Amino acid sequence: MLRCNDYVFAISPEEAYELNQKRNNVIIGGNGWLKMGKRQWNTAIDISGLGLDNIEENSEKFDIGAMVSLRDIELHKGLNSYTKGAVKESLRHIVGTQFRNTVTVGGSIYGRFGFSDVLSMFIVMDSYVKLHKGGIVPLHEFAKMPYDNDLLLGITVKKTPLKIAYSSFRNQSTDFPVLTCAVAIGEDKITTAIGARPSKADIRTDSIDVLKDIENYARKTARSFNYESNMRASGEYREHIAEVLIKRTIEKTEVHYGN
Amino acid sequence: MEIKLWINGKKITDNVEPDMPMLEFLRDKGCYSVKRGCETSGCGLCTVWLDGKPILSCTVPLMRANGRHITTLEGLQEEAAEFGAFLADEGAEQCGFCNPGFIMNVLAMARELDAPSEEDIKEYLSGNLCRCTGYMGQLRAVKKYIEHKKGARSDD
Amino acid sequence: MTDYKSVSKPVRKKDAMALVTGKPVYCDDLAPKDCLVIKLLRSPYAHALIEDINTSAAEKVSGIEAIYTYKDVPNNRFTTAGQTYPEASPYDRLILEKRLRYVGDPVAIVAGESEKAAEKALKLIKVKYKVLEPLLDFRKAKDNSIIVHPEDNWKALCPVGADNKRNLCAHEVSENGDLEKAFSECDAIVEETYHTKANQQAMMETFRAYASKDVYNRLTIVSATQITFHVRRIVATALGIPKADVRVIKPRIGGGFGAKQTAVMEVYPAFVTYKTGKNSKLVFTREETQTASSPRHEMEVKVRIGATKDGIIKALDMYSISNTGAYGEHGPTTAGLTGHKALALYSRAEAYRFVYDVVYTNIMAAGAYRGYGAPQGIFAVESAVDELAHKLNMDPAKIREINITKEGDIMPAYYNEPANSCALDRCLEKVKDMIDWDSKYPARDMGNGKIRSVGMALALQGSCISNLDVGSVALKVNDDGFYSLMIGASDMGTGCDTILAQMAADCMCCDVDNIVVQGVDTDSSPYDSGSYASSTTYITGMAVVKTCASLTEKIKKYGALLMGCDEKDVDFNGKEVYRISADEKISLKDIANSSMCNNSNALYASEGHASPVSPPPFMAGAVEIEVDKETGKVDIIDYKAAVDCGTVINPNLARVQTEGGIAQGIGMALYEDISYNEKGVCRSNSFMQYRIPTRQDVGRTEVDFEPSYEPTGPFGAKSIGEIVINTPPPAIANAVYNATGVRIRELPITPEKIYKGMKDED
Repeated sequence: MLRCNDYVFAISPEEAYELNQKRNNVIIGGNGWLKMGKRQWNTAIDISGLGLDNIEENSEKFDIGAMVSLRDIELHKGLNSYTKGAVKESLRHIVGTQFRNTVTVGGSIYGRFGFSDVLSMFIVMDSYVKLHKGGIVPLHEFAKMPYDNDLLLGITVKKTPLKIAYSSFRNQSTDFPVLTCAVAIGEDKITTAIGARPSKADIRTDSIDVLKDIENYARKTARSFNYESNMRASGEYREHIAEVLIKRTIEKTEVHYGN
Repeated sequence: MEIKLWINGKKITDNVEPDMPMLEFLRDKGCYSVKRGCETSGCGLCTVWLDGKPILSCTVPLMRANGRHITTLEGLQEEAAEFGAFLADEGAEQCGFCNPGFIMNVLAMARELDAPSEEDIKEYLSGNLCRCTGYMGQLRAVKKYIEHKKGARSDD
Repeated sequence: MTDYKSVSKPVRKKDAMALVTGKPVYCDDLAPKDCLVIKLLRSPYAHALIEDINTSAAEKVSGIEAIYTYKDVPNNRFTTAGQTYPEASPYDRLILEKRLRYVGDPVAIVAGESEKAAEKALKLIKVKYKVLEPLLDFRKAKDNSIIVHPEDNWKALCPVGADNKRNLCAHEVSENGDLEKAFSECDAIVEETYHTKANQQAMMETFRAYASKDVYNRLTIVSATQITFHVRRIVATALGIPKADVRVIKPRIGGGFGAKQTAVMEVYPAFVTYKTGKNSKLVFTREETQTASSPRHEMEVKVRIGATKDGIIKALDMYSISNTGAYGEHGPTTAGLTGHKALALYSRAEAYRFVYDVVYTNIMAAGAYRGYGAPQGIFAVESAVDELAHKLNMDPAKIREINITKEGDIMPAYYNEPANSCALDRCLEKVKDMIDWDSKYPARDMGNGKIRSVGMALALQGSCISNLDVGSVALKVNDDGFYSLMIGASDMGTGCDTILAQMAADCMCCDVDNIVVQGVDTDSSPYDSGSYASSTTYITGMAVVKTCASLTEKIKKYGALLMGCDEKDVDFNGKEVYRISADEKISLKDIANSSMCNNSNALYASEGHASPVSPPPFMAGAVEIEVDKETGKVDIIDYKAAVDCGTVINPNLARVQTEGGIAQGIGMALYEDISYNEKGVCRSNSFMQYRIPTRQDVGRTEVDFEPSYEPTGPFGAKSIGEIVINTPPPAIANAVYNATGVRIRELPITPEKIYKGMKDED
């Protein structure tokens, strides 16, 4: 349960940022993960009044506010048209509708959780996070940055022409994934993300020449990541699943977008 | 901290601890239909609507509902009975403990989805666990209810 | 079949509309607002002694009413198992104890004005532990140098082969026929070891109870329990107070499945209220419900089974080790069902032997969960029978057709009871049709990397505990002739209140709406051993039939008295008592109302029932699955079930029981696994880490009934509650083999296990 001595609705990003500099204060996204901790916080900082709950789309990009719910992203026509449904596919297995109405993309991305379908999906796209102090940072760089006290304001996805697809492997339909895989194929490059290894999603980028031998690419790319064992699967099995999912996800791009 | 909000259309002003969970607050206010089944946002028993959208009252901080509208099954008694009759006619209410959260989500689905397929229904409701029924009786009830609503609409 | 008015009709459950509209009818909805909130400090170690415990800082927390440690509780050992006295489960617990036997064993009880205060106090209790080496491998438990219960006042009330100094909670050998001779005549023998895991019942309402003192200064406990009367005895025994000082009430409860057949936590609020005189309540968190409760016994079951080349099964041999964990609740009795039920499927074999050991370890104590030992044995036997069929190149359906128990057979493994009502052969035939076995067996390649296959399994269970369970009910006539049916059986959501009312309605020739059902309050309800062992329909149902007969006599007698005629000259048709020899009658309404004026003959009856036999329900289950050849992932496509539960009292409720049991069985087969780390910490501590099936995981289930008529049951009925969980684990394992050639002998059947099996084959 979330335990805090004070609850503040920030009236500006600057106020939220300032409050967040204290070690015992915390920004609340959807409170999905935070509430399971046992820590007693001093101030819970609510940023839901900062207008960060919209998805704005123009011809070049999507600007997604940090407080947009996973469900709103899942249902967003523009994002799903751009990704041919891959965004929906990456979200629809997460717990249930009410949960996805409750939790936020900012919380998911900021958390950089190992199991994150969201990070796995967005990291292969031309995505950037907007930080209050740190400015605009490519998502794949942000994923590797240490946790700090900056404030994540939103995510920008540029409409770079990409063929995008997503797959996850779960032992049970709404469980944490055993493995996640996202693929984005551009004019000359392919980027593959593998997440839930069980550590967080990371990417490999290669020339699209590798697509001449997809099996070989899938095998080599799967092997290039490290895997570990946990309750859900062994590292060895994860590596095998990674190879299968890379292959299948590339096939999905072909089916969804055509060759 | 002071909070002002609407529960089932009734305006409530109260002074609460800043970390009061919405679920416990609603039960304190007499909405006993709202149940807790887990601590990990995974069972759906505590489902209520916040401004008309189904959410988990175990998870959304109460303070975030300030100035907003919460709906619980206490505020949807007629609809609950209407759908509930289909559930009861399958024997699929069983122990009943998951019913309020489940019914809140069924009623939200009926508003949100137009003519959902069996797969749509299963996906929309997948966050509502039930250990008694094996879900089949619930599915039969939902399908019959949707047919019934469609019939009622076409009669208009 | 006789045409009944209420029995065999899909009558709506009496409490249905209250439940679907969210009325406050459960334990925590009813608890007084001023209850002290109880929290338990729990052991972080799997095996330890408390060397020192200091509660002084915790007691100073504002709002803390009391903190209790082992120094404060009575030294009366007891069991929390909900069983008839003298219990088969050993008396091996204290309310709190210096010795801690699993991670989660209670160290201290804190009662405070709020949850926050109690939680704050928990953190301030200072405990010095002497950490001991834990015993975590149940295969090494017997005669291990680490002894879980070394105490001298450990006590077994029944001769179940227990010996605490050997970590033995129970041991038994039973056999029939010349086993080795029978095996020597077999052409094919399968000998394999199967391993089933502990599973949580995972009912949606966690454990909870509240306590108060009533106007007579008696302790009243309102509890979400299946064993209302046993809770009275258990609490009184634990507290060392007269049973007369305890009253237990069961409100609506949010599911049980056997979990609430153990008084997991009632003693704590009882103790707090007994000591403080104040109202108190304890609501277990889901984490506590997952880690400090009463799950299914993990078992390792070794099966040897042999047949002639024609597929005639001649001999069955089973040895099982059951892990009861830190305490022995239901340990001796669950172990018995593993063989006595599973082996009875093949009663025509010449010989059988069944041996079991039940052992203590330093993990959470096990308890009762739907099936009660039978699912473990049936997984083993029904897997082994398929293995035998494959060895003989026989269709697994065929070998079953040849060998199954048929009506009229004596079942040696099942306490030599006769199968007086048995439609297992018809169930098997029907389920083959339902799944289209002959065209789908064994498998077909779908050409897209997927294989579809079928698998089947059979099951039986009991309908009560023979010569032990007691059900009794009372029925009275009220104003205008409506009836009150008082029952002691604890409806846990399955609908027994309604089913018993349906029977009473047909017995009394009235509408089911004319019967009001009330239960359970130990002060006013007739005694019932409780809702477990699938016994309510069969045992309490018979008590209803007898009580109705008795009340009918009284109504007739009183009607005759009012008409001034001989009681032999009247009959009762539900609406009126009428004379046989004359055109004279008096309505039930008039009888009822006049019985309340100047009348010395109470229109009230109460009868009890026990049974010398426990007629088994039978079932056949068949599954069609799809296996992903590259990943090993299994999807359930269809599950078909044909059930013989005798006369179906309420087809809707029986169907939902079956569908629900199958879903739980699918969970047991594919996902559910209570696992511990190397220090004995339970990792399956939430619904996040212990996955039960969602509605996307169960495929489609279709249920049909093949009723037999059980002469000893009410209206020919047997039981339905437990048998329905048994078939999915073996049916799915058998289907996986038919798809992939991989035999999984350890549950759950994860994609990874199948993948590894397929890889090893290559």
